[in-house]
Amino acid sequence: MTSSAPGARFGKILSTFGPLLALIVVWGLFFLFGNHAIGSAEGLESIVQQTVVIGIAAIGMTFIIVSAGIDLSVGSAIALCSVVAAKLAVGGCGPMTVLPVTLLAGMVAGLAIGLLVVYVRLIPFITTLGTLLILRGLALGLADSQAINAQEVGWLRFWLNSLPDNLRWLMIPPGGWLMIALAAGATAVLRFTVFGRHVFAVGSNEQTAHLCGVAVHRVKLLVYMIGGAFAALSGLMLVAYQGQGDPTGATGYELDIIASVVIGGASLSGGVGSVFGSLIGALVMTVIRTGCTLNGINESTTRIITGAIIVLAVLVDRLRRRAD
Amino acid sequence: MVAGLSSEQRLEMRAIRKSFGAQAALDGVSLSVAPGEVHALVGENGAGKSTLMKVLSGAHQPDGGEMTLDGRPYAPADPHEARRRGVGMIYQELSIAPHLTVAENIFLGLEPRRGLLLDCAALRARAADTLRGLGHAGIDVDAAAGTLSISQQQIVEIARSLAMGCRVIVFDEPTSSLAQEDVAQLFKLIDSLAARGLAIIYISHFLEEVRRLSSRLTVLRDGRSVATHRTTEVTDAQIVTEMVGRSVAELYPRTPHRPGEALLAAEIPGRGALTVRRGEVVGLCGLVGAGRTEFLRALFGLDRTAASVRVGAFTLPAGTRVRWLRHVGMVSENRKEEGLALALGIADNVCLPSLRQLGRGGFISPAQRSAHTTRWIEDLGIRCQDPDQPIGRLSGGNQQKAAFARLLEADCDLLLLDEPTRGIDIAAKAKIYQVIDRLVTDPVRPRAVLMVSSYLPELLGVCDRIAVVRRGQLGPLRAVADISSEALMREATLS
Repeated sequence: MTSSAPGARFGKILSTFGPLLALIVVWGLFFLFGNHAIGSAEGLESIVQQTVVIGIAAIGMTFIIVSAGIDLSVGSAIALCSVVAAKLAVGGCGPMTVLPVTLLAGMVAGLAIGLLVVYVRLIPFITTLGTLLILRGLALGLADSQAINAQEVGWLRFWLNSLPDNLRWLMIPPGGWLMIALAAGATAVLRFTVFGRHVFAVGSNEQTAHLCGVAVHRVKLLVYMIGGAFAALSGLMLVAYQGQGDPTGATGYELDIIASVVIGGASLSGGVGSVFGSLIGALVMTVIRTGCTLNGINESTTRIITGAIIVLAVLVDRLRRRAD
Repeated sequence: MVAGLSSEQRLEMRAIRKSFGAQAALDGVSLSVAPGEVHALVGENGAGKSTLMKVLSGAHQPDGGEMTLDGRPYAPADPHEARRRGVGMIYQELSIAPHLTVAENIFLGLEPRRGLLLDCAALRARAADTLRGLGHAGIDVDAAAGTLSISQQQIVEIARSLAMGCRVIVFDEPTSSLAQEDVAQLFKLIDSLAARGLAIIYISHFLEEVRRLSSRLTVLRDGRSVATHRTTEVTDAQIVTEMVGRSVAELYPRTPHRPGEALLAAEIPGRGALTVRRGEVVGLCGLVGAGRTEFLRALFGLDRTAASVRVGAFTLPAGTRVRWLRHVGMVSENRKEEGLALALGIADNVCLPSLRQLGRGGFISPAQRSAHTTRWIEDLGIRCQDPDQPIGRLSGGNQQKAAFARLLEADCDLLLLDEPTRGIDIAAKAKIYQVIDRLVTDPVRPRAVLMVSSYLPELLGVCDRIAVVRRGQLGPLRAVADISSEALMREATLS
């Protein structure tokens, strides 16, 4: 064995910290040349509040994308789960009921996708284009097409409310810490468990995984169920943030979530990706949006900038891969 | 160099150098090819053949040296310019657009036009002309290219090079995916291209092919052109010695094998049965497509069949997982598509079937994973940077060693090897033969090996017993001492 060439090592560092670097640059630019509020405690809090819903779902999406799958219906799943959670909570159920039932709803949705992909052998892209409508329909039906007001459900609101003065030491809302803890757990699963390595193997080369005795079908089913579970948690956070279970909420979130994962360094052809990268990807997008809002940049320009950043991220990623 | 001499050559490469970082991939390569000549380029994997061809085709720019084409300086900035100057490449992996028609493929990028419109009639007529010129008028110019056989697709690619007016055509191991009769066709075609005055560079592992086609050959080793010979004036042994840098006297270790109790007893209804004992190597030979691979895959539970497979005292149900658990492992013939996950690291690939032994409760210890992998990297001499280096970056021989290491890591008792030395260099082959020998002669736990190979000398050199597979049927097992390669060939090709 020879020691790594400096070029290869540099490439490795870049691919590990590239997204983080991008986040710092974007944030730094807004801070230096724009409204300093983005660096204030309130600015930080607002960024976290806006990131948690996307970020938690992006953790689950990382599993799916690493396994070379995709879930376009995650926004609908989030909406459905937010309706389920709000309905139960408003009906007087406590967290010990709401949490498991909402998780179950998300995982059943994931299982359904997984069964279609694995046993009916449908392409994930098309399958989830279908479930995108089905789950949205279920959400609308369940909520009678009306948002369910959950402003008063304190134990849910707590997660993404502004911090009360006696909890200022937390720095960011508890939901932010929850997201980080979930990401740490998910990272451990992906990197240090047999299951996690099997997810990478299936995504990188399904035939090889099969040859090596990996239970490919089971891995895929589990991956979509994990995606569903994180969509459920994301739905709970949506209720916490908006104070309502909204059957029309989270529309278009799937694109933000997938973009987060890709900005974070994952490859849509599978086998590559990291959970923390995805979180950073989600933060990059929120920082751009918050920064634009704080600096009075209008909605149309904001969208153009966000889109350009996504394209740029993919481009940088390609150059990086070619370099190393 | 005499000016008159160099102008006789169509293409000259002189003292080409190319480095990647600190590593010199090419360190002084000279090669020339004259019009009407087939010049063969031989060398082990990693000797620099592909880098040289990338320099020639403009994919890489050389750090030093010079190239001339018909006496004029030639320094293509990209593959497109190389083609425009008349240098075409036929790669192992074909670059056909499967959904376009044959005619569209041949004239891709050079479509005849009438004003703004595509001149379909001219396109088809000229494509048909080109194919006729190649002696393959039978190929339908309107067929979607993806529906053609591999050998026909190759002809379409050659036609494309001709349509572009290429004067130099490089063939990079063009026979690796062809059946025997298609190979003969291709050789005739290459002969006729040379007869037309094209300059051909032919890259191959197979010395027989080099002998059949080329008038001169150049040996490449460690990024240098070691020697150029007239093909008729050099022996195989000399070429091999120059390729390896030392003589390979004992490629096949001939330690006496002592077969013990039967380990594998398998029967596939309607196709045959066989047993493999501990301490022996059993070979399956036959023509490509005769069903050797299918037999092995059925034993390994990769394809659904009615095979009954007993390993030791256990009858194994379908599925690959249970086989790894029972210490049965397989090396796939298709390293890139099935054998390895190319984007993942060496450790991930080597440890994939046996991840559970690297930790507890479903968790993996990264330290153990690295340690286990490093052990095989050292044992097999896998050349790499570190255990997490993406396996796709290694040379073919090193990839194959890693695919083999997977079976060692899983501590396999029974090794099913499908073309275990396909497309790898001689040094790596020697290593794999050596490890096979070591495994079956293990004093404590002799392993059993069942291998498929298309290369008869290899089977005769490594195996104790050999059976022929013909039209899906497994023939009788015979001791290797009682058979000759001629007899095996006769049995395999007998109709």
